[in-house]
Amino acid sequence: MLSIKNLHVSVGDKPILKGINLEIKAGEIHAIMGPNGSGKSTLSHVLSGKGGYTVTGGSATYQGKDLLEMAPEIRAREGVFLAFQYPVEIPGVSNIYLLKAALNSIRKHNGQPEVDAMDFLTLVKEKVRLLEMDEKFLYRAVNEGFSGGEKKRNEILQMAILEPKLCIMDETDSGLDIDALKIVSEGVNSLRSPERSFVMVTHYQRLLDYIKPDFVHVLAHGQIVKSGGAELALELEEKGYSWVEEAAA
Amino acid sequence: MNTATASRYTAEYQTIAPALPGQTLPWLQALRYEALEKFSEQGFPSPREEEWRYTNISGIEKKLFSPLISLTASDVDAEWLKSYQLEDAWSVVLVNGHFSAELSVLDDLPETVSVLSMADALAKQPDNVEKYLGRAANQSEHSFIAFNTAWFTDGLFVHIPAKLVLDKPIQLLHIVTGADAMATTRNIIIADEMAEANLIETFVGTDNAYLTAAVTEVFVEQNANLTLYKMQSESEKAYHFGGSYIKQARDARFTHHNFAFGGLLARSDIHVDLDQASECELNGLYLGVKRQHIDNHTRINHLKPHAISRELYKGVLDDRARGVFQGRVIVAIDAQKTDSQMNNRNLLLSDDAEADTKPQLEIYADDVKCGHGVTVGQLDEKSIFYLQSRCVDEETARNMLTFAFANEMVDKIKIKGLHDRVLEQVLARFPQQGVNKEWL
Repeated sequence: MLSIKNLHVSVGDKPILKGINLEIKAGEIHAIMGPNGSGKSTLSHVLSGKGGYTVTGGSATYQGKDLLEMAPEIRAREGVFLAFQYPVEIPGVSNIYLLKAALNSIRKHNGQPEVDAMDFLTLVKEKVRLLEMDEKFLYRAVNEGFSGGEKKRNEILQMAILEPKLCIMDETDSGLDIDALKIVSEGVNSLRSPERSFVMVTHYQRLLDYIKPDFVHVLAHGQIVKSGGAELALELEEKGYSWVEEAAA
Repeated sequence: MNTATASRYTAEYQTIAPALPGQTLPWLQALRYEALEKFSEQGFPSPREEEWRYTNISGIEKKLFSPLISLTASDVDAEWLKSYQLEDAWSVVLVNGHFSAELSVLDDLPETVSVLSMADALAKQPDNVEKYLGRAANQSEHSFIAFNTAWFTDGLFVHIPAKLVLDKPIQLLHIVTGADAMATTRNIIIADEMAEANLIETFVGTDNAYLTAAVTEVFVEQNANLTLYKMQSESEKAYHFGGSYIKQARDARFTHHNFAFGGLLARSDIHVDLDQASECELNGLYLGVKRQHIDNHTRINHLKPHAISRELYKGVLDDRARGVFQGRVIVAIDAQKTDSQMNNRNLLLSDDAEADTKPQLEIYADDVKCGHGVTVGQLDEKSIFYLQSRCVDEETARNMLTFAFANEMVDKIKIKGLHDRVLEQVLARFPQQGVNKEWL
């Protein structure tokens, strides 16, 4: 699905990622953990195509294609989805308008006709129920005036409707209370499939109680310093990040 | 100050004057001559005047526009008119500054409502007109008002009687079809005690250089509720001056929506006087493309306690267009407990576009809540990336965000027929690639 090889990324003159290697196969869930400033968010931003970063070396290959060459919207249409740490408010654009525009862009990209209006509404309403959201959200401006939990739930709603192949979740759990976290996790778990992979970037282990990862990687100083199974997250929770950072130094 | 221009107009006045309405009324004669004298002395407003500092009207001074003395309704294209005339509304049409009974639609208008041409009103109920004309618009304010007072050829007089709630809007449609014509109309709108009504002023013209100089005086009496929409879609070669001067009595509510889209050079004045516990809401959207210059000047006078004012003006400027917002809120010493909020937001789509914004608060009372905010900026890069990450290409994202910025104001329109027409015009003025109207 995704193969990252020796990826180096800078912001201005400052190197942030210093040789990341990561292999993600279809159906796998990888958690990327690490202290603040380790480069976690940079990794998710670079993979989704956000501007302001310079790739100074290495590669990221997604389904056999050079991911870093693609414009952000092409990555999205090819099935890469970034769930934002801070979803952006877009006053004046309704949720349902954006969902429809996004879904139709994907269909067009895949040579399919536009979605039928009734089918679309049925699909959207089903997903809204799944995430225990109010249908009124659909007709409100994207994220405008939403609480932190509502914004994150809205990201998962988009994910559920767009059915991406690679979901990059940037600090999805930060700022969520336990009820919202459960709903978001259930939403993600319902999307797990042998064809879909997840990269979960997180600072806290708590999320991994609800979404069980296949692999856990620890990012420190721009490099993956330790990889392991789900049990590594528990060890990190117990001991903090300092022991892996020290071990790597 | 350009008195040379003024004297050219003044020289022609004697030949035109006998054809102007209300010639037998001494009070109106006196008012017109006083105005003529003021205009002769001062000419059109100059950028040296503080409230005209961003707007140079020398383009108007270089031309000599002629008033048309009689109506020529026959040259109004019916199909073209239909694109502006609302269905499901009463509509009164003025062509080149003259009322056209033929084009107006007033079927089933309640008998107690007066909708008359100004010429007719001056002939049939001069005393009633005298009570209002010049009472909300002060011609010593600036010389466009004086110009209008001296030259007005016609206009509309609308009176909604006390307690009447009008279930359909009344559209006042101002059309100019003549090249180098000037349309000087004087309009009076009265919503009597506890009346409720929606009115729409639409300004349009054929593809010519012409001058609209319209003054509308609005009286919202005690506890009445009036909403006035202004749809300014003049030709892109035209000059537009439109002044709306509003007097609100105690507990009166007034909402104004100003859509300023047309004209080579367009200036609107919206001045409101608030009595005790009255409320006003001023909304505006100005869209400038090419070399358009669009100036909106608002003034809210809080004269008595407990009044509320809300103001939001948004501008989108592309190419070499220039938008001006000057908003003044004046809180008199007696106007305690005033609650006022003024905002102006500008979106610049090109490096050559310009926004000049000047909010002013003048507060003489000590127990008030007043705020103002101004922004001038470009599209937010974070929002563009967010949309891109949701499969939307960059160009479409920019168009969507531009449209969304403007659409906040369009969405406030409560009259469907008007909403749809304004929406069409917004879409037509900016790149539409990717903005799918069917999804809105």
